[in-house]
Amino acid sequence: MSRNLILGAGLSSLVVLSALVSFVWTPYDYAALNIPAKLQTPNARHWLGTDHFGRDMFSMIMVGARTSIAVALLAVGIGMSLGVPLGLAAAARKGSWLDELIMRGNDLVFAFPSLVIAILITAVFGAGAVNAIIAIGIFNIPVFARITRGAALSLWEREFIMAARVAGKSAAHISAEHILPNVANLLIVQGTIQFSLGILAEAGLSYVGLGAQPPTPSWGRMLADAQTMVSFAPHLALIPGFAIILTVLGLNLMGDGLRDWLDPRIRVARS
Amino acid sequence: MKRFVRQGFVSGLALSAALIAGAAWAKDDITIAMQLEPPHLDPTSAAAQAIDSVVYVNIFEGLTRFMGDGSIVPALAESWEISEDGTVYTFKLHEGVTFHDGSAMDAEDVKFSLDRARAEDSANAQKALFAGIDSVDVVDPLTVKVTLTEPNGNFLFNMAWGDAVIVAPESIENIKTTPVGTGPYTLGEWVQGDKIVLNRNPGYWGAEPALAQATFKFISDPTAAFAAMMAEDVDVFTGFPAPENLPQFEADPRFQVLVGSTEGETILSTNNKQPPFDNIKVRQAMAHAIDRQAIIDGAMFGYGTPIGTHFAPHNPAYVDLTGNSAYDPDKAKALLAEAGFPDGFETTLHLPPPSYARRGGEIIAAQLAAVGIKAEITNVEWAQWLETVFKGKNFGLTIVSHTEPMDIGIYARPEYYFQYDNPAFQELMTTLNSTTDPDKRTELMQQAQRIISEDYVNGYLFQLAALSVAKAGVQGLWANAPTAATDLSAISWSE
Repeated sequence: MSRNLILGAGLSSLVVLSALVSFVWTPYDYAALNIPAKLQTPNARHWLGTDHFGRDMFSMIMVGARTSIAVALLAVGIGMSLGVPLGLAAAARKGSWLDELIMRGNDLVFAFPSLVIAILITAVFGAGAVNAIIAIGIFNIPVFARITRGAALSLWEREFIMAARVAGKSAAHISAEHILPNVANLLIVQGTIQFSLGILAEAGLSYVGLGAQPPTPSWGRMLADAQTMVSFAPHLALIPGFAIILTVLGLNLMGDGLRDWLDPRIRVARS
Repeated sequence: MKRFVRQGFVSGLALSAALIAGAAWAKDDITIAMQLEPPHLDPTSAAAQAIDSVVYVNIFEGLTRFMGDGSIVPALAESWEISEDGTVYTFKLHEGVTFHDGSAMDAEDVKFSLDRARAEDSANAQKALFAGIDSVDVVDPLTVKVTLTEPNGNFLFNMAWGDAVIVAPESIENIKTTPVGTGPYTLGEWVQGDKIVLNRNPGYWGAEPALAQATFKFISDPTAAFAAMMAEDVDVFTGFPAPENLPQFEADPRFQVLVGSTEGETILSTNNKQPPFDNIKVRQAMAHAIDRQAIIDGAMFGYGTPIGTHFAPHNPAYVDLTGNSAYDPDKAKALLAEAGFPDGFETTLHLPPPSYARRGGEIIAAQLAAVGIKAEITNVEWAQWLETVFKGKNFGLTIVSHTEPMDIGIYARPEYYFQYDNPAFQELMTTLNSTTDPDKRTELMQQAQRIISEDYVNGYLFQLAALSVAKAGVQGLWANAPTAATDLSAISWSE
């Protein structure tokens, strides 16, 4: 295993762990306001200080991790569960009207700047975590559809697929039984990258007020709230900023590491 | 070499001469920033405060006007006589007043302006100001007679509003982009989305103001507002949007901070027709669940005066009724149980953009949650707020500051967005409007304050503070905001 993979997996699991722990324990109630204790810098009682309402920043970051992960995970889930079957279908019927329809539909969605459209979707259907998930999820569909189709196309030319076809297996059957397992590695790597993009997108949406609504903490909104206070309470912006950076960095490192680790050619070359 | 030295010496002299001359001329232009840009420039056809902030007493003037201390003084009307029974006002107009287009301002224009404002199809946002006018008659070019249907103790106050300014009949068609008034400033240019420039009107009938030019810049983002002021890109910021930054300006000798009062009663507006808010016990419970001081400290960083009714605390007739809704979560829970909601209920909380609403809303949602009321927050833009909440009345709770002066009368309008329908209160307002005796008026106003406070119509939070930041050399700024206005004539630079 490469150093990247270990570091990436370490950072990512730290974030996931704090999100999981936040379900059973946080140092303080993340939603409890304590106005007289506002704007404290990190200290023994509040490890990461308090925000402008006197809420404990450490607890908010923990629960914020939960929000980010939930939104990004579900969004990637939507993208995978719709994108992968579409990609498989397109590859199985290469060159047909179905392939054209799916791929041109993909191009259409791909052509829009994803965050701008996500803002449009949440602005029209209302701000909130659920709509953010849907908006980010929609833009994950073409990513997975393309990567699946690309990988599947080359597989369809291989001898073992030929053998399966000669044996009389249907295209759907072959896709599920032979193609999917062989593109799985690729999907896991892409999933990790998309997951980190999802976290960024969620932070972006909540920064402009269209993500999870208060009192649910969200890193993006913590940044937005901190904006006017940067000059006298920089920790309010630095802490969620670092949380976002470390999470995205961790996921990207992990994605890179996974790709190298899972790629048979590199593995063979190494051994 | 010698020549160079001499040249350097001469140009140095010229430079220092220019510097000395520059210092002798006092600065006579100013850049004033505010958050909201006016949608257009006609104060007589829209409620937007931003319009008045630019044009009131700068471009347009009325018969009377507000001063910075809230007093009403003569403006275009030099003097007036009030008939014995209080129903006929005879205004004597100033002589030699001209509109910016050069035409004379006379009694015909006054009649035109008032008749236009009170007409059936008038777009005036404050038609109630003119409701009591029976007729407007021109006596001679400088005398106009206004007959009321019944005595109105507020009439001169009403005529001071930005909605009651005198406009030129020939300018109406393009008034929204090319306002033609009688004021000391004329419209220079308007760069939409950026700034409005006003120039001194050389033909002004009154005293010449000190500033030759004023630029209004529109900066909506609080962070950008802070940066613009700190970089001295603007000279003044009125209605500074980020109270948390004020201590930094106070500590900086380059700046002065003005903290005054506004007419803005900031309230947790409650849809009185929507269950369970139609139950007074529920509204009372909410009132006791709210800790005002926490909201003032948390959302406004301490700027704001607690209120217990819909009335400005700096008004002499104000009664402190905050005791009616003292913070008492246990009592709130007991009241909710009595009302049939022992486990609380769910509702919506719509929050417009200003930080008093967004931050205040988060605090209120937490305070309501503590007694079992789950208020789901929805952040909305102003346009959306006007559509859903103000016009559509499709809301449970919302937070907004009512910045019109003396606007307790809105509680007498059952169709108004919070839908409070109390015939006794409506009758009281009718009596108040037709009462001219000051003592009697005070008594009635206090009675009105008590009724809405004891009916817990809305959650009464705090009186919005007027927060302005200016460079140290600017003088004459209004600290208080008795109406939305930027009185440029009063402003000058200290030597």
